[in-house]
Amino acid sequence: MDLQSTYNDKVVRQFAIMTVVWGVVGMLVGVIIAAQLIWPGLSLDLPWLSYGRLRPLHTNAVIFAFGGSALFATAYYVVQRTCHVRLAFDKLAAFTFWGWQAVIVLAAITLPLGITQSKEYAELEWPIDLLIAVVWVSYAVVFLTTIGRRRVKHIYVANWFYAAFIITVAVLHIFNNLSIPVSMWKSYPVYSGVVDAMMQWWYGHNAVGFFLTAGFLGMMYYFVPKQAQRPVYSYRLSVVHFWALIAIYMWAGPHHLHYTSLPNWAQSIGMVFSIILLAPSWGGMINGIMTLSGAWHKLRTDPILKFMIVSLSFYGMSTFEGPMMSIKTVNALSHYTDWTIGHVHSGALGWVAMMTIGALYCLIPRLFNKESMHSTKLIDVHFWTSTIGVVLYAVSMWISGITQGLMWRALNDDGTLTYSFIETVKFNYPYYGLRLLGGVIFLSGMLIMVYNVWMTIRQVKPQAVAVIQPA
Amino acid sequence: MSSAFSWYIIIGTVGSMLACFWLVVWTNRQRASSEEIKESESHVWDEDVRELNNPLPMWWLWLFILTLIWGGGYFLYYPGLGSFGGLGSWSQEEQYLKEVAAAESRYGPMFAQYGSMDAEQLVNDPTALNIGKSLYSNYCAQCHGSSALGGRGFPNLTDDAWLYGGEPAQIEHSIVSGRNGIMPPLAAVFADEAEIDAMVTYVQNMPEGMDATSPAHSKYMMLCIACHGPDGKGNQALGAPSLVDNDWLYGSSAAEIRKSIVEGRNGVMPAHGNLIGADRARILTAYVYKLSR
Repeated sequence: MDLQSTYNDKVVRQFAIMTVVWGVVGMLVGVIIAAQLIWPGLSLDLPWLSYGRLRPLHTNAVIFAFGGSALFATAYYVVQRTCHVRLAFDKLAAFTFWGWQAVIVLAAITLPLGITQSKEYAELEWPIDLLIAVVWVSYAVVFLTTIGRRRVKHIYVANWFYAAFIITVAVLHIFNNLSIPVSMWKSYPVYSGVVDAMMQWWYGHNAVGFFLTAGFLGMMYYFVPKQAQRPVYSYRLSVVHFWALIAIYMWAGPHHLHYTSLPNWAQSIGMVFSIILLAPSWGGMINGIMTLSGAWHKLRTDPILKFMIVSLSFYGMSTFEGPMMSIKTVNALSHYTDWTIGHVHSGALGWVAMMTIGALYCLIPRLFNKESMHSTKLIDVHFWTSTIGVVLYAVSMWISGITQGLMWRALNDDGTLTYSFIETVKFNYPYYGLRLLGGVIFLSGMLIMVYNVWMTIRQVKPQAVAVIQPA
Repeated sequence: MSSAFSWYIIIGTVGSMLACFWLVVWTNRQRASSEEIKESESHVWDEDVRELNNPLPMWWLWLFILTLIWGGGYFLYYPGLGSFGGLGSWSQEEQYLKEVAAAESRYGPMFAQYGSMDAEQLVNDPTALNIGKSLYSNYCAQCHGSSALGGRGFPNLTDDAWLYGGEPAQIEHSIVSGRNGIMPPLAAVFADEAEIDAMVTYVQNMPEGMDATSPAHSKYMMLCIACHGPDGKGNQALGAPSLVDNDWLYGSSAAEIRKSIVEGRNGVMPAHGNLIGADRARILTAYVYKLSR
């Protein structure tokens, strides 16, 4: 069998395993900083363990290390299977793996050292940004060339979403990080003032829209029909919501800057397009959930499908919550409170992580020539820990966030503020405890996954899989 | 905003919305027959991945269309389309000014009434003191603590040790105009470490009496006396603390005293006059005055 007649699953295996590893690491850091909010002394007065430095480490680790590795792994797998061709450029694909891991390791070193651009989700300094740009363009070359070499006429819908995610993230990353270096580890953005803020949230919101939504919709569009053994519900719905989603998302960023020095017209545009975004977002949820119609009985026996259906439910919930929070009057209450943190985690744990976990449980046996995971029972246990964990997290942050917002604006009869800031912090304590508990439970599920994956893949010498002839 | 940029924004936003509208109408126009829907499309990927071609759910379609229509209405009423300010001529700046004016007309007269009273009168008014407590916890507690006991570098407001004086007029001046307390760094005036050590010991023991036999005594009488006075009781006009009352703003350890002498200190009480206005400052003055009695 010559090389071109088999799939390149090595790079997929590497990314898939690292997804599990970075998932544990990223969520562990999250648990640590959640505990620090209850017991500030946990930083041990060491600067590199302080909350301000570990928090970006947590966000970078879960979004770009865990989520990023999951997207690399599944995009490389899906594009080969649905184009019926081997992944283009073995060496370049290998470079994207090692390059991306290098980025993660550099982030894990520089962020605790306090080296940062101070731009949320774009903290990494310019030398690392350059490496990211090179890795990402290589990713685009590998992915798009593979699509170009496909042996079927139609490009499968999952690949549109992956392609949109890869191309857009390249644009977002490069333009948001344009900066002037003043030394090896310090640079200043070329934008200033409110323009810088607008660029930052154009990037920040589309990182959510394209990295955490479009990319994972690509994952959903392959693994849900594959696992359910059911056809995708509606081709035309996928066309409409794809184009609407990528057209509308681009405009929604200003809702992060309501009631700031951003001009009124820009705030309005951010809000209006966030509301319009509801239907295109829900298009993906409908297509995913309706794909399962006719296969509902499988939910009783297949915990992987349970991960996927709950993930889609959280996707629907948080894409409703997001537009609602972008309405100015709602935002005036929710902005700067824990509600935002709860919203983000409904998306990150409920949608992104649960879809990733489901996809990995589907993917890993296939990558290691196994029929199934070592233990289906443990997948079920993992499902329940994840579900309970994310529900505890979201509920505690709703209560603490909404109450926090109400306390901040509460007025006495004489017009003075009813509560001092410290009283609102005091109120939040029990809910911070509940949030920590939710995080610990979610993390413990990831440890069960580590065991299950290890038991599945140990002593396996993976065999190359032949490219399937197009039907 | 230039008119070219304004048109750029208008065309971009309206164009995107019209494109979405066209997309749903166009996709929905060719409704597939029920046979076509039931029958999977002929495309198959990876052995078993297929697609049906169900029509767009009507409720979803209407949700999409209604949000688009609502968006158009919003842009008519509110600012959004470039330099067109919207028919409602709303802006966040206007909203802020209106809310401030509304609050001022509602609460202003009450505060003005308190503002016309003396702090000595206000300390006997429980309502005023309650307002003072709310103001204190939002403007003062961050530095002086929620029980007003202060902290390192931030004066205790419940005792009788006042840097700038504890009479109502002096307290009000501190609140309205702020204070800048400067202890100059004096490393240069000492010949060697031993001289500094002697001065530290001398200052540390001042509450027990000024030791005239100490080698540092003459230096005190030459240098420190200018602000802290011949008897070490300080000078409230300058904000120079008393050194004989056993009340130490930065700590009584030899290391802290040494740091004060060698490196100096900069104490800042920010001015709050513009932030809270004269009437609220008067109420706050009464509250702080009351704290120390």
